[in-house]
Amino acid sequence: MTTVGHRPLDGFEDNDQKPIGHGRMLRKEDPRFIRGMGRYCDDVQLPGMLHMAVLRSPVAHARIVSIDTSAAEAHPKVKAVVTGAALAEKGLAWMPTLSGDVQAVLATDKVRFQGQEVAFVVAEDRYAARDALELIDVEYDVLEPVIDVRKALDPAAPVIRDDLEGKQNNHCFDWETGDAEATEAVFASADVVVSEDIVYPRVHPAPMETCGCVADYDRVEGRLTLWSTSQAPHAHRTLYAIVAGLPEHKIRVISPDLGGGFGGKVPIYPGYVCAIVGSIVTGKPVKWMEDRSENLTSTGFARDYIMRGEIAATRDGRILAVRTNVLADHGAFNGVAAPVKYPAGFFGVFTGSYDLQAAYCKMTAVFTNKAPGGVAYACSFRITEAVYLIERIVDCLAYELQMDPIELRIKNFIQPDQFPYRTQTGWVYDSGDYEPTMRKAMEIAGYDELREEQARRRAQGELMGIGVSFFTEAVGAGPRKDMDILGLGMADGCELRVHPTGKAVVRLSVQSQGQGHETTFAQIVAEEIGIPPADIDVVHGDTDQTPFGLGTYGSRSTPVSGAAAALVARKVRDKARLIASGMLEVSVADLEWEKGSFHVKGDPAKCVTIQDIAMRAHGAGDLPEGVEGGLEAQICYNPENLTYPHGAYICVVDIDPGTAQVKVRRFIAVDDCGTRINPMIIEGQVHGGLTDGVGMALMEMIAFDEDGNCLGGSLMDYLIPTSLEVPDWETGFTVTPSPHHPIGAKGVGESATVGSPPAIVNAVLDALKPFGIRHADMPLTPSRVWDAMRGVPRPPI
Amino acid sequence: MRVSMTVNGEEITREIEGRLLLVHFLRDHLSLTGTHWGCDTSNCGTCVVWLDGEPVKSCTVLAAMAGGHEVRTVEGLERDGELDPVQQGFMECHGLQCGFCTPGMLMTARALLDRNPSPSEAEIREAISGQICRCTGYATIVRSVRWAAAREAADSETTGSMS
Repeated sequence: MTTVGHRPLDGFEDNDQKPIGHGRMLRKEDPRFIRGMGRYCDDVQLPGMLHMAVLRSPVAHARIVSIDTSAAEAHPKVKAVVTGAALAEKGLAWMPTLSGDVQAVLATDKVRFQGQEVAFVVAEDRYAARDALELIDVEYDVLEPVIDVRKALDPAAPVIRDDLEGKQNNHCFDWETGDAEATEAVFASADVVVSEDIVYPRVHPAPMETCGCVADYDRVEGRLTLWSTSQAPHAHRTLYAIVAGLPEHKIRVISPDLGGGFGGKVPIYPGYVCAIVGSIVTGKPVKWMEDRSENLTSTGFARDYIMRGEIAATRDGRILAVRTNVLADHGAFNGVAAPVKYPAGFFGVFTGSYDLQAAYCKMTAVFTNKAPGGVAYACSFRITEAVYLIERIVDCLAYELQMDPIELRIKNFIQPDQFPYRTQTGWVYDSGDYEPTMRKAMEIAGYDELREEQARRRAQGELMGIGVSFFTEAVGAGPRKDMDILGLGMADGCELRVHPTGKAVVRLSVQSQGQGHETTFAQIVAEEIGIPPADIDVVHGDTDQTPFGLGTYGSRSTPVSGAAAALVARKVRDKARLIASGMLEVSVADLEWEKGSFHVKGDPAKCVTIQDIAMRAHGAGDLPEGVEGGLEAQICYNPENLTYPHGAYICVVDIDPGTAQVKVRRFIAVDDCGTRINPMIIEGQVHGGLTDGVGMALMEMIAFDEDGNCLGGSLMDYLIPTSLEVPDWETGFTVTPSPHHPIGAKGVGESATVGSPPAIVNAVLDALKPFGIRHADMPLTPSRVWDAMRGVPRPPI
Repeated sequence: MRVSMTVNGEEITREIEGRLLLVHFLRDHLSLTGTHWGCDTSNCGTCVVWLDGEPVKSCTVLAAMAGGHEVRTVEGLERDGELDPVQQGFMECHGLQCGFCTPGMLMTARALLDRNPSPSEAEIREAISGQICRCTGYATIVRSVRWAAAREAADSETTGSMS
């Protein structure tokens, strides 16, 4: 294969500035992707490999009366048919979820949501496996489903989780944060109180690649190799060891190229466990790839919070307190992917970017006959819901006070000298300087001119809206003392080896789903030890080849693993300094580091490069006393605190008064993610998140009918933005480094998904101001906007 | 049944089931895994290949229907060790992240530039509107296609002045 030559072109930004460290640089992973030579799970083909398909429940709630698999077993190409009863005999019918509940691998007693796994078939090819599903006869005794989340706790509601001993209702958990009494006191004496019911509907990450795996169990060695669509291969390995009772050193999880993840590939799904069982039973490798409907109807959903938001303020716009009451729909099993002590994720940051006197949240979570989940769809553990709540309710306050929404926000920002800032719900924001970020967005947007244009257009009966949001994210979980997933502390390992010729390999515990880790992490290491990124290979996604860590989600790669990469490189540099002192025959204190080499202070000609040092570290001859050979190091990084990126977003929409169609005309995003490693990649991450935001604000929803049929089970029903629904994004940035992160980076992957929905919804509501409407719920489809314009009451969910 | 077709310039004959989809034929029978599969309903476009020079969604074409025709996939874009300008453009302008939609996008982009060497932004957006990218937000894909168009224009100018 030819090497790919960079060919800059007039009129286009040169994205390949060949930095030895941070800066614009083309991605190292791209040459394989643009040739169609990426290696995704479904590309894995092994000799003798069989294919698995899963039979799923057609109804939302039913008792299983009987399952007849005889016709399927008689199919000439079928190798195995397995039901829940067969799994139960091995103690494998149930598995733990990430939040300490249990979930059926295959249903034994009842099915609890449409699409739930009931049986699986292993056959010679994928078509035959599908054929055989049709031959399985299941008799269901259909039960009344619980679909309306508001009725889930009715005393007369059917009990979904009768598998849990003594369970008499559909209550999942209660959670609260903040000070109820102090908040009530502030509300009682406030000039102005505004409240609004705000729904964040159920949505789905829907990565372009669905979930799947290839399980290969070696009966002789007792060794399992699993290629799987996993954002957290190490955590998955440990959980398989616990669930299946396989010894952990005999399990190898390989997460190859992933076609997107967005949180949807954090949990362990029943299909993975079934494929492992299928391989154990048949003695052959077994591939399972779910289809799009299975992906949308059974794997982790996101959001599904019904929120009552209240805000108290003075008449001149000083925000005093925020209070919220949340009803959370968790589906049939509590499958939330969040640290154990945080059942509502990081929703506690709903106080936003404002300096408040008090805050309180009370949450009730319930079970319903819907798919389980609660994954962070491109957001850090429920922060999308929190930011939507605060940014929507602040706009409602601006509406009531007849204040400009930006003026109101600026008036209430936490000030730079207040950082580190402890919020009323106990979160310690590391750093921030909010007003310049907001001003920069205003400047790019031409905010004042936009308001003038809006006034002109309004006078002509046109519906133009300008929406703003300002968010503070909380990303990069741990620290491990507070945060763990099923007992596994949220820290990340990193290992760096410099080879004798000065080339290097860095091994990560996190896994890219498209974020460009092979480039960014090579740059982080390059910045610290001066080896060009092209000479640094990044290995990730294979538990046999990488140190333990908790994986990629919640924007944790750069804040946690990026810190690990920088620190491990500094450790190597410290050792290189010792070796250099021997080579140059001076004391360590007399050496100066200039990226890539040490020289004697005051005598730059006396110099050794990192490559020279690497050869000496492995070569013949003595090293300074006490220094071992080799040039490598390993660490495990336990973050001191989360990092808190922020951003200011402005959205301009036009609404067609005749069709109620919303068109996003412009979108301005100014992000502050601390130190920026590769601006090209950062911009790409922001663009993607903004597009998710357009999807959630205007198009995406997983809805159900009253029988529990999922109405969003295909890409014809679950609408994802195409090139025609989104504008050409306008981005900018400010830099407020994180004080506790070794290189000051804060993470950016999810900021735009978090920050954009409220900006878009606020813009739509701003356009609808002439109709006297303060709030309408997402997704703001033409029919919902049309109804809002005509005063039709909002739909219940 | 027996089916014969040309794939990336090579004559192929295989024994297949009549119901086999072209996408599965390419991936599972010919091991051309650059063409992806992402939905059941012809919405996502990760499976786009050329059939006689026209982009088609190979999840909606039976392999049997491609019999006697010419198929070109992403693996056939690179010629004699030279990347196609659209492949270069996607790298230069960060037109991809996870890479899953990329092969389909590249095939559509190549077809667009073949019939319209200098497309506007609106024309590029229209051309790729039947395909979904969940990562990039499309702006960098538009830039990538514009880069390829500009590259080809610049290259043909150079070639023209040399001849």
